[in-house]
Amino acid sequence: MGWKRKLSDGYDKVGLAAGLQDDWTGTGGYAEVGIIKGRKLSYDYQKFDEEGNPESTVRAVDAVDLDVETGDFVAILGHNGSGKSTLAKHINAILLPTEGTLYVDGKDTQDESKLWEIRQTAGMVFQNPDNQIIGTIVDEDVGFGPENLGVPCDEIWKRVEESLKAVGMWEYRAHSPNKLSGGQKQRVAIAGVVAMRPKCIVLDEPTAMLDPNGRKEVICTVRELNRRAHVTVLLITHYMEEVIEADKVLVMDQGKVVMQGTPKEIFSHVEELKSYRLDVPQATLVAYELQKKGVGLPDGILSMKELAEELEKLRS
Amino acid sequence: MIRDITLGQFYPADSVIHKLDPRVKLAGTMVFIVSLFAFRAPEAYVVATLALAAVIRLSKVPLKFMLKGLKSILMILMITVVFNLFLIPGTPVLRIWKLTITQEGIETAVFMAIRLVYLIVGSSVMTLTTTPNSLTDGLEKALRPLKKIHVPVHEISMIMSIALRFIPILLEETDKIMKAQMARGADFDSGNIIQKAKNMVPLLVPLFISAFRRANDLAMAMEARGYHGGEGRTKMKPLIYAKRDKLAYLSMLCYLVVMFLASRSGLVERLLGL
Ligand SMILES: Nc1ncnc2c1ncn2[C@@H]1O[C@H](COP(=O)(O)OP(=O)(O)O)[C@@H](O)[C@H]1O
Ligand SMILES: [Mg+2]
Repeated sequence: MGWKRKLSDGYDKVGLAAGLQDDWTGTGGYAEVGIIKGRKLSYDYQKFDEEGNPESTVRAVDAVDLDVETGDFVAILGHNGSGKSTLAKHINAILLPTEGTLYVDGKDTQDESKLWEIRQTAGMVFQNPDNQIIGTIVDEDVGFGPENLGVPCDEIWKRVEESLKAVGMWEYRAHSPNKLSGGQKQRVAIAGVVAMRPKCIVLDEPTAMLDPNGRKEVICTVRELNRRAHVTVLLITHYMEEVIEADKVLVMDQGKVVMQGTPKEIFSHVEELKSYRLDVPQATLVAYELQKKGVGLPDGILSMKELAEELEKLRS
Repeated sequence: MIRDITLGQFYPADSVIHKLDPRVKLAGTMVFIVSLFAFRAPEAYVVATLALAAVIRLSKVPLKFMLKGLKSILMILMITVVFNLFLIPGTPVLRIWKLTITQEGIETAVFMAIRLVYLIVGSSVMTLTTTPNSLTDGLEKALRPLKKIHVPVHEISMIMSIALRFIPILLEETDKIMKAQMARGADFDSGNIIQKAKNMVPLLVPLFISAFRRANDLAMAMEARGYHGGEGRTKMKPLIYAKRDKLAYLSMLCYLVVMFLASRSGLVERLLGL
């Protein structure tokens, strides 16, 4: 596999994702194949009146075309209620499209015979760390997914070890999840998904309930998984700093994908983002305001460092 | 802190008893309890005492922890003793006002007290040396034959282990809501029973809403991780009998035989007679 070569190039100080075994053949290496393909995907929630009769429908996802390449890191932005979670739940067939189709790794999510394959291909990490940990001990929780897949016992242990090492939680394997910090719990949840050897991980606001340190831990882990093991990542978030790392950004509003592009492209459109009630990174905002005042800065500045460099260039 | 509460008061230690298969411990506890009620002779209690002492010693759990469980049954214990003392007819020994204490009464009271104490201590040995999760695992495997008559054994054990995981979380949440409501002037302590129950409403409503939300989330997370019931599921920590487990079963058998022989021997009577 391609990423095996990459792994042996040497690990960085963190060493995250370094313990993953060679036989995790699920990842696509360098082959640029679309892993998620959605066409005209729509989803309606039924609203019921007091007697339980269907009353009205809410279109939460509206004719979305979704294309994600294998190995990509895709961030999804959007205001509350814009349909991000609903879209995410389609990717491992928790919800099925009302209209349109969704293919995950070439499998139609509406094909019931492929349901468990799809759930193994696309793992999901949710917002609340407490409500997604099933085991009463860390290693048991990580083993839960492989147990469901019917993986033999010694293979489960091998996977649990490598997944926990990949998220940097191996020392905590015998702890009760109740005693971990939020960031640590989310890393355990990620390990639980990694142990199923997915090709793709969908994270639905995994950092929303965490403190800044926990957020950093989680994002760092996810990024390493993406870089080193080439797991495709879909990260739903509303923290702009987390978006900067992505290869591609989607912006959703009222169930529709309204903007797509690299972080640089997206953050060049400050006004448009504001119209979708989204913030922009602080450096981008400063650059934007300076631009408005007539300072000749380029579009799409993302970090303070970049801003400082550009300002330096202007001075000389 | 409330987070530290672990149900079933597991006491971690490195002992043979801890390492035994949970099924062995379940069976052992059962055998011990049944033996307490099946044999009535004083010799049997001597054997039971020796066996219990030996197991406690092997478990490396301080006696203090074993006896903690007794606190909760102190009331029941006293009531049992008092009723037995005064209400059993027979040869009177002592007369206080209108009540008589009989010899049979004393005997029954003493035996009853010993039985209750041993029952609690005996099951404490099990709960102190077995993690709640391995207990539920043990139950699942031990009750597997019941599957044939459509008892959902796997589901029951899954429900129990999820309950064990969420009880500390919900307790903590109760604490949080209680403090939040108290800050708004709620009063959980005063008034009569009906008022107290009414005061609990602002505590219970948010607690239930949150519990249902958690249940919903958890069910979704379990499904997302491929859970589809016990069918086709493998075990990360399968229960396999080791040599020590077989030895333990053998010891149980020996215990029962010795118990039987001892209660037939009439040794105590002979000793007293001499
Ligand atoms: N279980 C549900 N039942 C009915 N409507 C829902 C449900 N979940 C979400 N919705 C509605 O669907 C829309 C999109 O919600 P969601 O996908 O959760 O958005 P986001 O994750 O971007 O905040 C919202 O208008 C929300 O009210
Ligand atoms: Mg959401």
